[in-house]
Amino acid sequence: MIAMNYRGPQRIRVDRDTPMPEILHPQDAIVRVTRACICGSDLHLYNGNVPDTRVGETFGHEFIGVVEEIGSDVTKLKVGDQVIVPFNIACGECTFCEQELYSCCHEANPQATAAGGIFGYSHMTGGYNGGQAEYVRVPYANVGPMVIPEGMHPDDAVLLTDVVPTGYHAAEMGGIQKGDTVVVFGAGPVGIMAAKSAWLFGAGRVIVFDKEEYRLDFVRKYAQCEAYNFLSISDPVVFMKKTTDSLGADVCIDAVGAEASGSKLQTVTGRKTLMQAGSATALQWAINSVKKGGVVSIVGVYGPTVNMVPIGNAVNKGVTIRGSQTSVKRLLPKLVKHVQDGILDPKAIITHHIPLEEVADGYRIFADKLDNCIKPVLVPPSANI
Amino acid sequence: MENKAKDYSHIKGWGIDADPKNDPTYPMRKRENEDHEGYSWDRPPQQPVDIEVLHSIERPNVTAVFGTSRPPRGLSGKIRRFAFRYGEGSFAHWLPLVMADRVDVVEGILDDLRKGHLPNIWAERGMGAEWKYNRKGLLQRMAVTTALTAAVIVLLKRD
Repeated sequence: MIAMNYRGPQRIRVDRDTPMPEILHPQDAIVRVTRACICGSDLHLYNGNVPDTRVGETFGHEFIGVVEEIGSDVTKLKVGDQVIVPFNIACGECTFCEQELYSCCHEANPQATAAGGIFGYSHMTGGYNGGQAEYVRVPYANVGPMVIPEGMHPDDAVLLTDVVPTGYHAAEMGGIQKGDTVVVFGAGPVGIMAAKSAWLFGAGRVIVFDKEEYRLDFVRKYAQCEAYNFLSISDPVVFMKKTTDSLGADVCIDAVGAEASGSKLQTVTGRKTLMQAGSATALQWAINSVKKGGVVSIVGVYGPTVNMVPIGNAVNKGVTIRGSQTSVKRLLPKLVKHVQDGILDPKAIITHHIPLEEVADGYRIFADKLDNCIKPVLVPPSANI
Repeated sequence: MENKAKDYSHIKGWGIDADPKNDPTYPMRKRENEDHEGYSWDRPPQQPVDIEVLHSIERPNVTAVFGTSRPPRGLSGKIRRFAFRYGEGSFAHWLPLVMADRVDVVEGILDDLRKGHLPNIWAERGMGAEWKYNRKGLLQRMAVTTALTAAVIVLLKRD
């Protein structure tokens, strides 16, 4: 089969003779992929910033597809079902899954206790091959996958595997109360969805920061919010204070993570030399921009080591910091309904459909923000939809 | 505050998920007594462990399922085995893993060459897209790289 193959930092290719995945556990399913996104967090892998990313791995944690084969204990899916596959791999039985913390499942990732299992996201999250391929093994098929509702567009469905739930989760973790001022750092796909979702919780004002004008233009229209280019502002934190009666925002959301721009010190020590687990500029701005007693919500992905953040300010300001990988399964029923009711229109953020065979170009377009790219989706030749 | 909207009727779905109880200063944990008894749940069946799986020393076992994408191999594998002797909070765990990743890249190239495959670095780096959408920037970067390389060569050749 055809599959994306990681060869090293900023080097990937398509292999046409990749072995087909097999059922390795009674609760496994084999899914034929029909859509697979490239995620902003895939860029951390692509750039070689995530430890234990091994040459030969296939990335891809945002995908949908058709069930082709099921293990002997799979009862909730049947061959032929079209499914949304959450990016988390979760057993549904451990103490964390029992609390709906599916992203923290304790039975899916032998390599680290500090992260759950994720498709195609290095051995730091379990060593699973991902969905940027024609076929993929899906463990715990009774737990995660959800049958795509009749009539749902595949481009909407594929964004429900991660982007939409993660943006929504970012807003939810902010504990937004009616009238709150919410700041989102990052106008990538997740930041766009976080801004859109903030209104659903009753935000009074939503502000987005980024450095790409085309993304700022998009988010202004799509999420009906204010959007500012931090390159044209000498200090985004001071700007935020000035625009909120010198108090700061009630809720700040870090929707960027390790690839952040905006601070030379963070960039050099984080992205360039890996002396810290990525550039923590967005998180630094979030902690410093939030109101005393406010909430910082983190969905941006960082590496496992350490980051330079102003933790003293967080303590002195009485800030609540919440962060987690999204437990997609918990949110799917509500978000599917929002899409069906027209409250959310995920597919509008997709700018590029790229054949899986051209995955290397797809990564380059997304990584370098070429051709006004917001969200690229890979389509395998065997997708047939 | 500037530009604060008062009427949100133009925003479809405004406030539909507002939840006054979603205040993060309230306790969020939902743990029952049995959750305090540790590793107490009925584990799913174990996926056969027929490849080498490195597992964190912060857990007692291999998880019930695991990925099989790339077992450790070669020199990078030896470094990874060393790394997994240390806990997840230790630099002795993560820094060797970063080093192993870089060694793995070299091993990958050697493996390709051994199989008669010459890596197409231009294509692997997606330079076709760069050429199509950012030709000027690409040519500028290539010119700078060429000039710097030439300067280094000239400097090295000087007595």
